[in-house]
Parts: sequence; C-alpha cells; structure tokens
Amino acid sequence: MQILKATIVKDVKILLRDRVGLFIMFFMPILLVIIITSVQNSTFELINNNKISLLVYNKDSGDRGVQLVEAIRKIGLFKMQLSDSLSPSHDITAQMYKNDALVALVIPASFSSFIQNKADDIASHALRDSDSAEVKKDKLPVLPDSLLMYYHPVMQPSFRQSIEGTLRSSVQVIQGEAIVQKLYIEANQKAIPPDLEKEILFSQLPISEIPVSRSGTRTIPNASQHNVPAWTIFAMFFIVISLGGTMVREKNRGSFIRLKTLPASYLHALLSKQIVYLMVTLLQAAVIFAIGNKIFPFIGLPALHLPKDILGLFLVTLITGYCAVSYAICVGVFANTGEQSNGFGAISILILAALGGLIVPSFAMPAHLQNILRISPLHWALESYYGLFLEGGKLRDIWMNILSLLGITLLIQLFTLYGLKRKNLI
Amino acid sequence: MTNPAIIIQQLAFHYPRREGICFKNFNLEIGAGERFGLFGPNGAGKTTLMNLMTGLLTYSTGSIRLLGHEINHHPKSINAIFGFVPQDFSFYPELSARENLAFYGAWYGLDRKQIKYRTDELLEVLGLSSVSDRVLQHFSGGMKRRVNLAIGVMHHPKVLFLDEPTVGVDVQSRHAIIHYLKKQNESGTTLVYTSHQLEEAAELCNKVALIDDGKIIAHDSLDGLLQKHGHEGMEELFLELTGKRFRD
Repeated sequence: MQILKATIVKDVKILLRDRVGLFIMFFMPILLVIIITSVQNSTFELINNNKISLLVYNKDSGDRGVQLVEAIRKIGLFKMQLSDSLSPSHDITAQMYKNDALVALVIPASFSSFIQNKADDIASHALRDSDSAEVKKDKLPVLPDSLLMYYHPVMQPSFRQSIEGTLRSSVQVIQGEAIVQKLYIEANQKAIPPDLEKEILFSQLPISEIPVSRSGTRTIPNASQHNVPAWTIFAMFFIVISLGGTMVREKNRGSFIRLKTLPASYLHALLSKQIVYLMVTLLQAAVIFAIGNKIFPFIGLPALHLPKDILGLFLVTLITGYCAVSYAICVGVFANTGEQSNGFGAISILILAALGGLIVPSFAMPAHLQNILRISPLHWALESYYGLFLEGGKLRDIWMNILSLLGITLLIQLFTLYGLKRKNLI
Repeated sequence: MTNPAIIIQQLAFHYPRREGICFKNFNLEIGAGERFGLFGPNGAGKTTLMNLMTGLLTYSTGSIRLLGHEINHHPKSINAIFGFVPQDFSFYPELSARENLAFYGAWYGLDRKQIKYRTDELLEVLGLSSVSDRVLQHFSGGMKRRVNLAIGVMHHPKVLFLDEPTVGVDVQSRHAIIHYLKKQNESGTTLVYTSHQLEEAAELCNKVALIDDGKIIAHDSLDGLLQKHGHEGMEELFLELTGKRFRD
C-alpha cells in the first residue's frame, strides 16, 4: 500500500508540474466544448430565431409573383431582399456575395400565367361532370421556366432541403389559392369572399412538437444538452495524448529500467496511473459540466441541465473515464515513441468519435456502419449520457450501455496485459 | 576466494531476432565483498551481462545465482538484496532529489522513517543537502550522477551493480562517487562495476575480468594481471588483450 501511495504522490507531482499537459487536459477541452456548442447553438438559432438571408428576383409582372413573395415573407424564416431591377446579365452569384445571402430565388416571368392556367385546368377537370358549371375546353398549362433556387455551398444538404421544402409550401399556397378562387367563381359566378378563402387555405391542422423523455418532463433539448456530454466524452478520451505520451516517456527513460530491478511489481505504477488519471477525467467532466450549467448562460449559450439521477451520471462518468484511461495506457504500452503514441492516439480517438456518433448522429449513419459503431466505447458512453441528459432516464434505463462500456474496457485491459507480457514489461 | 556473491554457470544467451550469440558456456564467479571490475571494448557484452545479472534480461540456458538465488526464477522481493546504478539517468527529472529518493525508497520496501533517515544521510554524504528540494532537470551532470548513485544504494544493498557510474562527470564528483563506493564496500557491499575509465577502475577495483565477444579473456586481481602480462598500467594490458581494432 505504501508503494502505491508513494507512486500516486509521484504521479500527481509530475502531473501538476507539467503545465502544458494540464493546459491540454483542461483548457483545451473546455474551449472545444464552448466552441462546438456555440456553433451548434447558432445552427439551432438559425432555424428557430435567426433569419436566413434570401435574395428574391421577381421576373413575373403578374399578381401571383407578388403573392408568392408575400407568402414567403409571412413564413418569417427569411430576411428577404427583393430585387426588381433584374437584367439578364445580372450575375446572381456576385449579388449573393454582395448581399451576403445564403439563398437566392428567381421567380420566372411566366409564373402568374402558369399558376392561372394550372388553376383553370384543374377547375375545368374538377367540374367537368358537374351540372352547375359549364364545361370548358381543356387548356394545357403553359410550363414556365422553373423557379430557380441558388444556394451557398456551405449549406448542408439537410438544411438546403428544409429551405426548399419551405419555398415549395409557399408555392403550393399560391397555387391552392388560385385553384380555390377559380373553382368558387365557376361554381358561384362570383368572387370568393376573403374570409372563406382564408378559411379554406389557412385552416391547416397544426403540428405540435413534443420532446419525449423517460422522466415525463417536456424540456426542449438545446445545443448544450446535445453537445456538452458528447464533447466531454471526447475530451476524456483525448487524455491519450497526455497519458499515452507519459507512458512512452517513462518506458524509454532510465527510470523504468530501474523500476524493473526493484522488489515491487510494475503493476503498482500502472495502478497508480489509472487512479491519478481517472481522477483527472472525473475532474475534467466535473469542470465542463459545471461550466455548462453555470457559465454558459453568461456567454449567451443555453444552460446545461444536469440529469436528476446524479448517481447515474457519476457512474457513467466514472466508467467512461476508466475506459479512456485504459485506452490511453494500452496505446502507451504498445507505442515505442511519443510520435507513435500521439499520432495513433489522436487519430484513433477521432475515428472512434466518428464511429461513436459524436460527429454525425449514429442513426444517420449508413447501415454497414451501424454494426461497426458498437466497437466504439465512445458510442456506449454517448448513449449512456444521452439516456440521462436528453431522455431524462435513470440508471436502470441505461445499464445495458454501461455493461457494454465495461465489457470494452475489460477487453482493452486484457489487451494491455498481453502487451505488457509481450514487451517483457511485467 | 571468499564466498561467492555471484555464480554464473554455463550461461547461454542471444538477443531474439538478432544475429550472433552473446554468451555461450559462460562461467564466472564474483566473491562476496569484492570490488569487481568488468571491462571490455564496445559490444563485448558487459552491459548485456549486467542486465542478465540484474534480471532485466532473461536467459533460458545456464544459471546465474545471486547470493544463492537463481535470478531467473526468484520472486521479485529478492531484488531488495541488490542495487543497480544504470548508465542512463534513472530518476524522474521533474522531481527533486528528496522526492526521488522518497519514491524509490518506498519501492525498495523501506518505511517512512527509514526513508527519511536514509535520504538525509545520502544527501549529506554525496553533497546534495543544499539542493535537495530542487528539481533534478536543473542539476549539473555531476549532481545527477550522484543522485543516480544515491537511489541505487538507498536500501543498503548487499550487491551493487554499477554501469559506468561516473561517465561525464567532473573530477570532484568522480572523487566523491569513488570515495563513497569504497566506503560502501568496506561496510560489506559487493561492487560489480563496468567502465571505460581504466584509471578509475585501477583505483577502485581489486578484481577485474576482461571480456570480449562474449568470452572472458582474463580474470584475476589487477596486480596479478599486470604482473602476468608485464604491464604497468591497465591501458597497455587492455590493448594487448583486446587489440587495437575499432569496435563500433
């Protein structure tokens, strides 16, 4: 016990005197979590609060083009800049950059006539067998140039499709309005009253979004709930840079040669490293969660709400930290140089993070990756955290994830033991 | 010969995945209380032999017995009977001399009181008391060598292995180290020493062995060897027995 205590004291002193190491272990992850959460939060706000800049060129001289512009404005999603002075030589790309617009919409000159012809045609078809209306000869709608939507290449496909869907729904409103007006005129020989038109067109069944949670609360998840737990796991696993490097350095130093000739087992040194660095990972998580909970609101980010099951949170953090430390020691045992340890350690954590669903949600991954991601300890850690932070679950809801994480940790430990034996380190 | 501290019999060893045999049918006895010097050109096998005697390397053929214990098969606790001062600095440069001694003292199995007493004693004897709380990375080469030695003798070993313990140090530090080693030997510690400093070896050792290409080519007291080969100094003797060919 005295050997272990002396080794822990030694490891703590070395750790505390390594300021660069402490900076990497604490300041960098905090910075990472703040930056990622800010970026993700701005995406949340872009959809919910901020307006997307939209440049509209209305070539249509009829009413329907103006109505479409008005319909888009009413959605409230866009900060619209209207340009009537379009000439064929206008360079839309240059205008988009000049106006800092993410999207540009060009309404073709034939838009009104197309909408009207389409409405006439549909009304004609609808009333063909009706006694109350005169059947008119079919008129083929004139196909317009399509609506053109230009977009900035930084826009992700899902975001682009969402904007396209919004614009499409505006077009459908205009088209629906024209059809309803035409049908009413044909049926009643007079214009539709504005109230009735509004009633027909805008009395859609609303959709209410309700986040589900095991605890029954209906707290809307924010960017912090999504990102802080995910990137805390990443930070904990990134300890491979510090611990893996320390392992290699110690292995290649004379101090390790001396340790091998001493009466105590090298396992004391390994156990001490596990204890000290496990404390570091717990401290990392505690600091990041505290910042998310207390400091985020002061820097304009949504506060991180801690789960109700604090014991569950502690247990998941403990096992995640232990897994991260085990992985770092494993890398340190097999690596022969600091470059190997740092290079492999950093890239492997990025790969495991990608597989684990930290970068892209696991449900959005292709089918063949869905099975592979199970080998990533970060996946099970993330599932456990999401169970607590997003779903409001308790320990009993996530115990399968915890068991999987423990299983992977055990495998890493066994592999490390094999490495220690193979390299004649114990 | 006095009772042997180390008996090596029929030792065979070669590095895995490396060509050539280091030792074959190798035999050597080192008496208890001797100041034994192991010499030879680069690549002769000195450090390999020392690593085998300290258990850093394992052998499959032959036997190495240290005070009656077979090195390959003993429990790790037997390591307390010997001390090792490697050629490389084998301590934590981020820690002070006192902190290093406290750490290694615990690993030798000493209790807190023993560690405190022995640390103070060694720091005093080796002239490090005034800098005992400074981290070692700011020490001079000579000071580091003395700390390296202090760690190796922390637990009063019965046998002390020294692999070039004075390389790269100034005259004062060398003098302090050699003086301390002689004192240790007088108190009963067997010294097994390798070095390329032949004058220093002549000053320290009372028994020497020259090895080359994994074989002992001479083994006697220093005076006996010089007399037998008709030389006045170690260097002439060394060159006669090992030749002038470069051994890089």
